[in-house]
Formats: sequence, C-alpha cells, structure tokens
Amino acid sequence: MSLHKLTLHELQQKFTAGEVSAAEIVRAYFLRINQVEPKVRAYVTTLKESAAADAGVLDEKLKSWRKTAPLMAMPLAVKDNICTDQVRTSCSSRMLEQFVPPYDATVMAKLRANGALLLGKTNLDEFAMGSSTENSAFGPSRNPWNLAHVPGGSSGGSAAAVAADECAAALGSDTGGSIRQPAAFCGVVGLKPTYGRLSRYGLVAFASSLDQIGPITKCVTDAALMMNVLAGHDERDSTSANVAVPDYLRALKKKDVKKLRFGVPREYFAEGLDPEVEQAVRAAIGEWKTLGGEIKEISLPRTDAAVATYYLIATAEASSNLARYDGVKYGLRSKQAVNLADMYLKTRQEGFGSEVKRRIMLGTYALSAGYYDAYYGKAQAVRTLIKQDFDAAFKEVDLIVTPVTPTPAFKLGEKLQDPLQMYLSDIYTISVNLAGLPAISVPCGFSAAGLPIGVQLIGRVFEEETILRAAHAYEQATDWRTKKAVVRA
Amino acid sequence: MALSRKEVEHVARLARLDTSETEKEMFANQLSSILSYVEQLKTLDTTGIEPTATVLGRVTAFRDDVVRPSLPVDRAIANAPEPDEGFFGVPKIIT
Amino acid sequence: MTQYETVIGLEVHAQLQTQSKLFCGCGTVFGRAANTQTCPVCLGLPGTLPVLNRTAVEMAVRTGLALSCTIRTPNRFARKNYFYPDLPKGYQISQYEAPICEHGTLDVTVGATANRIRIRRAHLEGAGTPLLEIVTEPDMRSSDEVVAYLKGLRDVLVYLGVCDGNMEQGSLRCEPNVSLRPVGQQQFGTKVELKNINSFKFVKEAIEYEVKRQTKVLSEGGTIQQETRLWDADRGMTATMRSKEEAHDYRYFPDPDLVPVEIPAEWIAEIRRTLPELPAARVKRFVADFGLPEYDAGVLTSSKAVADYFESCVALFPQPKTVSNWVMGELLRELNTSGTDVAASPVTPERLVSLLKLVEAGTVSLKVARDLFPEFYASGKPAEQLVQEKGLTQVSDESALGVLIDEALAKNPAQVAQFKEGKQQVVGFLVGQIMKASGGKANPGKVNELLKRKLGG
Repeated sequence: MSLHKLTLHELQQKFTAGEVSAAEIVRAYFLRINQVEPKVRAYVTTLKESAAADAGVLDEKLKSWRKTAPLMAMPLAVKDNICTDQVRTSCSSRMLEQFVPPYDATVMAKLRANGALLLGKTNLDEFAMGSSTENSAFGPSRNPWNLAHVPGGSSGGSAAAVAADECAAALGSDTGGSIRQPAAFCGVVGLKPTYGRLSRYGLVAFASSLDQIGPITKCVTDAALMMNVLAGHDERDSTSANVAVPDYLRALKKKDVKKLRFGVPREYFAEGLDPEVEQAVRAAIGEWKTLGGEIKEISLPRTDAAVATYYLIATAEASSNLARYDGVKYGLRSKQAVNLADMYLKTRQEGFGSEVKRRIMLGTYALSAGYYDAYYGKAQAVRTLIKQDFDAAFKEVDLIVTPVTPTPAFKLGEKLQDPLQMYLSDIYTISVNLAGLPAISVPCGFSAAGLPIGVQLIGRVFEEETILRAAHAYEQATDWRTKKAVVRA
Repeated sequence: MALSRKEVEHVARLARLDTSETEKEMFANQLSSILSYVEQLKTLDTTGIEPTATVLGRVTAFRDDVVRPSLPVDRAIANAPEPDEGFFGVPKIIT
Repeated sequence: MTQYETVIGLEVHAQLQTQSKLFCGCGTVFGRAANTQTCPVCLGLPGTLPVLNRTAVEMAVRTGLALSCTIRTPNRFARKNYFYPDLPKGYQISQYEAPICEHGTLDVTVGATANRIRIRRAHLEGAGTPLLEIVTEPDMRSSDEVVAYLKGLRDVLVYLGVCDGNMEQGSLRCEPNVSLRPVGQQQFGTKVELKNINSFKFVKEAIEYEVKRQTKVLSEGGTIQQETRLWDADRGMTATMRSKEEAHDYRYFPDPDLVPVEIPAEWIAEIRRTLPELPAARVKRFVADFGLPEYDAGVLTSSKAVADYFESCVALFPQPKTVSNWVMGELLRELNTSGTDVAASPVTPERLVSLLKLVEAGTVSLKVARDLFPEFYASGKPAEQLVQEKGLTQVSDESALGVLIDEALAKNPAQVAQFKEGKQQVVGFLVGQIMKASGGKANPGKVNELLKRKLGG
C-alpha cells in the first residue's frame, strides 16, 4: 500500500516499527504532491527541501537514539495563518506575501517538539475570511472529489490536502466553521476544540474571541492523536485555559455510546437544508441509536440569530485585528504613497482583497460612534442568549447532532457575487464558536453527485473526549472513511 | 437599513481604506443588505442580559515581571519594508 | 467687567518602574538603542498576544490605595483604535469603561488653604513601559493648586516606589485641561487641553498663560474652541496643535485577547498592609514625635530618601532639631551643588552623626564644624581625623587661653580702661579679638569666663 494513503496513526505504527524511514515518508509524500497538487492547489508553500533535510537528520539521530515522540516523522501541513519560524506565513493575502515570522506559533512548536515534519503551508480564504478559499489572493484550492467544486473554507487548503493524501494530517483554524465546513466538503474529519483548549499564540487573528486552531485528519483516531500533542495551557495566550488535558486516545477505547444522550435541535433541520444532507445526517443519528445512544429532540431557539450576531462580532474584532497592516513594520507597503497618511490608505487598499475590506468596513461601522450599542453591543447580548440556549440543552443531553452545512460543496464562483448567501452557508457551525464549544465534523455519506457530506457533533466545554468517543464509534460502525477521493488528471 | 455613500466614505476613512468609486458603490449596496439582515436582532429582547465579550469563565492570566531576551535587531526588523540602519523607515508624516 | 473663575482638571501619566513591559517580557531600560528591546509581541507581529504584567497591576493597586481609591474587580482592558506610526497594532490597549482604580482623593495645601482634590479614575495602558493614567475631577482653581497637587502626587508615587517622578525624562507627564467660567456660574466653560509640559515650572507658566489668553478672548466677546494646545517653552506660550483631519472615533471595545482582571480581596489586603507611610502622615509624625516645626517636617519629607536619612540620623543622635538643621542646611546644600542623590551621599548618617558628636562634646566649635563641612563632604575622611589634621580642635585649656587673653589685654589698653569705667559692652569686642587670634579654635564660653575673671580680678 502506498504510504500516502495511510492514516496518521497507521503511518506512525509503520515508522515506529522501523518499516519505513522519515526520508522515505517525505519522498512518498512529495511524489504524491507533485502528482495531484497542480489540480488541487492545496498549498501556498511547499517545503520539499527542508522537510527532506529534517527527515535526514531524524533518521540519522534514530540510528543511535531510539526515542519516540507521538508525531515523529509524521508529514503534516499547516494552514498559512499559523506562524512558522523562518517560513513565510502569508494568510493568502497580498499584504503578507513576503512576511516571514521570526517565531513559531505555540502549536507549531509543539508539532516540531514531537518530531513532526512540515511539508508545507496550506491555502485559505484571505485572513480566514470566507467559506470556499476563493478569497485567497493566490487563487482557489479545489475539492479533490470534484475539481469544479470548492473545498470549503477558510481551511480549504488543509482539508483538500488531507483528502487528496497530500499530507497525513493538517492544522486548520475555525472562527465560524472554518475547520468543520471544509472537512465536511472534503470528506475528512475536522475538530474545532473548546475555545481556550489550544493556544492561539501565533495564529494570525481574525476574530480573537472566536478563533480556535484544530486538527483536520483522515479519521477520528488521528484527531485524538493530534489533540494529545496540541491541547494545553500556554502562558503566552491569556485566553488559553488552565484545564487538565486528558489522554484523548484512551477515550476511543469505548466502542459504543451507551448512556450518551444525543440532542437533535429542530431548528437545524428546517427550511434551507438540502434533502440529501438531511437524509445522510438522519441516517447517522439512527446509527448512534443503534450503538446504544438515546436520541432526544431539543430546541436551540436563538439559532436564527446566530449568523447576524456572528457577522457583527467577528467583523468588529477583525476591523481592529487587521489595523496593524499599515505598511510600517512588515508586510506590503504601497509604492504609490507620497506621505504617511497616504501610505496607510494605499497600502491597505492594495494589500487587502474585497471580502477582507468588506468585513473591515462592516466591523468598523458596527463599532463606530453612535452605532456601538445598536450593533456590537446588541450582538454581544444576543451572544449571551445563544450561549444560554446551549447551556439549557446540555442539561438534557450530552451531545448535539446537526448537519455541518446546508448543502454539499458548491461550485466555484457560485456564491461569490452574494456575500450574504455565502455567510448564510455557515448557519450550522457559527453558534458553536459564539458559545465557545467543541465540535467535530465526521463524514456520513455522499450526495448522488458523489460529493461528501458531514455530520456535526457538538459537546460541552472541554468535553472533546465525549465527542471523539461518539464520532469514533460511528466511524468504526460505518465504512465512509474507506472511500477515497480520486483526483482526476 | 441603507448605508449612504457618504457613510461608506466615512467608514472607509476610519478604516484607512482608499476605496475606489466602484467599491464605494458595491460596499454601499452589500453593507446595506447585510445591515438589513442583522436588523432582525432588534426583535430579540436583551434587557438585563450581560454582554458576552469572552466565553471563558472567571480566569485571570498574569505574567511575572521578568525580563526575557528580546529579538536581535536584525531579526526584529527583518520584515521591514524599507529598513534603515536598525530602524523601520517610514515616509514623512506630511509632504 | 466679568470676573472669571479658573477651573482645571489634570491627567497625569506615570511610568511604572517595572522591569519588563506591560504586555511582554522585553526590558524597559531608558535610553537603549532603537529596536533592541523588542520582541514579536511588542512589535505587534501577526499572531502575537499580550499577557499582563502582574507587578504593573500591583503598582496600580498600591497607588490606588494610597490615593483612597476603590479598586475595581474585575477591571478590564479595551482597545482604543487609531492609526499612528508608533502604534504597531493600530490600537492601544487601555482601560476604558472599567478602570482598575476609581473615586480617590488627594489633599493639597496652598498657603493657608487646604483642599481635597477628587481623583476620578486611574487606569493602566501602554504598549511598552506600563503607564498609569491618573485623572482628577475639575477641582483645581489656580496654577498654584495644580502644582501643589502635582507635587503631592509625585511624592506619593515616589514614596510608593512605583514611579521615579522625573518630569524632564518624561516618566511623569501631565496634561491639564483649563476652562474659565463667570464667577458664580455652575456650568463649566469650554475646556482646552494643554500638552508638552515637562517641568513644574512650565505647568505653572502654561496654565497662567492659558488663563490670560482665555480671559482675553472671553472679555472681548469671543468663544473658546475646544482643542489641544501645545506649550512652547521657548516662546512662553501655548499654540494650537495642527488641526486633525477629523474628530477621533476610537471605537473602544473589550480586548478579546485579555481576560477580565480579577483582583482578589486578599491581594488587596496584602498590598494595603505593606503600604509605606505617605508624605502627609510623615509630616504629622515628624511634628508630633520629634517636635519639629511644620516647615522642617515639610522640607525633610519632600523626598522619601531625605526623610529616611533624617530618621537614620535621629536614631543615632536623638536631637531632632539639631539633625534637621544640619540635614536641611549643610547636607542638602552640598547634595544640590553636586547634583547627588541623598541615597548616594558620601556623608552617610553615621558620618554626619560623628561630626555632630564632636560639636556636642565641645571638641570643635559649631562654627568650625560648619565651615569644615564642604571638605568633610568631599574628602570622605572620618570627622576626628579631619579635625586633627587641620588642627581645629577647640582650645579650652586655661593656661593656653590665658596667654591669648593676656596678649589681647595688653594690645587694647583703651578698651580695658573703658571696662573699668563700667562699659560692659567692650567684653564682646575683646572676646572677638581673642577668638580671632586663636583662629576660631578657642572655646568662646571658656574665653568669656576667663576674661571676666581677669578683668574683675
């Protein structure tokens, strides 16, 4: 079997058993990348030479020193909004096209410390703003299942890379669904951890109170494996939680879901949900019932307000987070500017794409004098109500099951002209970020056109174990993960 | 809620975006439609509801007052668009 | 003609003396080369996050308690959004609607009038060295009152060890806002904010200039523009800052990168317990316990270091007024002349007391000791050694003095005759002559006694 087809934990076993060297792994993956990347365009930067060099060093070391680390020699990809020391981190923006961070994000440092090999940096919607990667300044990535379709976004590059076997696993970031939606569109597993579970230090901020880094993997076990390395408190991030980290792999030992109560929120199965998606998600719910779970209908009454709330809060924070791109200390500086005031205006005008500008405009407006209370202040209060809905629901159930997206992956260009329609496609994932909850997207079927469909499990804060356990039980009981995307030449 | 062209210009100035004429037109339309959509929040009663700025519980994160190594100057200014002997060069404030 | 009342409120920015910056571990040493104390966090690089310096919070609480403020918990940081080249993130992290200290007071005295200035709030901010911004209510009515408040506040900050109080170096900056209103009117006039003031002298001059300027405008029927004016020390006037392109809209909102700052009651209690004695209380104690005049107590406590020095001396030599005279006179004069800090004084409390003991024992005269002080200060030699080397030991020996007296009587027969005619005043003249002849070393009391005996006998 070709190495690139293996899951992360399968590859890890092979490496640990000494059946394959780090150099062989890197070679195999770059063969694969060379083969499919011209079609998929998952990466904005590939690191063939440094990955090969790192692999060589690792193999050499291991001759005399048989130490293992959970991700030793594992070929990974990282979303290009996560800072990597001495490796360009562009956020798929003209603004940061030349930006080379002098430091590693905490998650990146953890990957390195655990022996991982960085194959490259993956494409995203500029500054993680979008749901299709079409907002990338370097062109869109494609869905490996059908190249005419988007891979989703904003972590579209990471999801496409995992689905196309261009890496063993990847990191994404999720502000309103940016891990789960592309995972669903690409037929892979995407976990958005509890807000504060992972350090955000080194994640280029979009909306700081919503952003969270998480793994995109080929299976649930791999997600647990990644979480074991990534989770934990970081003194560099005041918003990272000082909560003990369990062994997530242990949580997978239970193969059933007995005694777990699954809530099905009626608001998530209303108008706008594609029948094929509904059917696949309902079938998954049936499977959990078969596995011993208790299914209950619940209500999350403020669901309809989530998109409006999200777009006010996220854009307000973004308008401030993106103020630093002014051409002074790093990044693009317009060549047209004649003075400082002009430099700000021209640099920002040239450096940002239209979706980013649109969101900066909206966020600036929502915070501006006279409008704060009506928009940003109101959204923060509604955010409290949305959180209260979940708090109430989690008194009755242990997990909430929903679709991830209203439809399977849409076609490139389909929603570009209407930003509001694009925003509305995030309806099922956004509330989770507003409430700071952990949630996973797991493959649960295919549309008639052969596009993957995902199901979402939402858990209580810091209960990633329960999510992983239920997702794993479902995955083992079905065979969706055995289907592989075939990238047509 | 319609956003006038003048308001778009004001917001663009606050955000330091040198928007083109076509963009002003486009943003006025798109932002108006988004703002109309978010009007729905007004129907929710939030009297007495504490706003959520962070979903974290009661935590406080402090750092001890200890000096850590700074970056070497060449690394600090490595990304400067126009480095100037250890400084970040900038254009004149006015010309 | 309408009489106007001056109304002044003050914003003071105090740089806190922490080792590291407010939100990162870079050092805060004044005067280091550009960009040598920077890291990804304070450069505002993408992805970096601020983490709050605990000591800065503690210093803010300490200051708040010393100024009788309420400590707000949790307090919170907000982002103040604006573009400026020195502002790497395009926003400043500051405290807006939930500052750490609120509702304090500081008592000031101008001449015979005491007044309580209300402090509205004090809050933390800054991308580099932590700043504590202390804002008063518009409670001051004259430039002298502002100076008194500012000096009082500076003393408190220095006493607490939270700020070095140096206005010239900018570690203490003040921005008064000045308005006038007709006497008797409740409503405030339009205020003008003054900036670029870096000494106590300029605070007074700038406010007085501004009051004159506003009085003139109003008297001529004009109106005051709400604006910021810069003090120009060379020209002795305030001038409008180049008008901004547009009114600021800072778009404050809670900083999502920082969590609300909880300050547990136990922590506040611990800080309160370890507060040092503040200047006002120390003045009272110096008057009550040491019997010093108000004036002396005020001078000695104007600096914590001087007051500490004084108390060290008194512990070794329990004659407070004598010590006070020496510290306020000889010591401070030498320190000021050489620009030396009292903590670095070459005359330590032990050395000063050794000199005072020589005077008390009559080994040297007070006059000699005073004249000797500059050399004592500069040389670093022990008092006894210096006195001996210079041969300045006071002469009290009767036979030695007898010789001097006999010489003086022989040289001044006219005065001796006058004394015999009953003119007592000539004794003073004769003593002076004898002292002069001894080079100031003769013990004046002894000379008096011996002289009277000889003349009488």
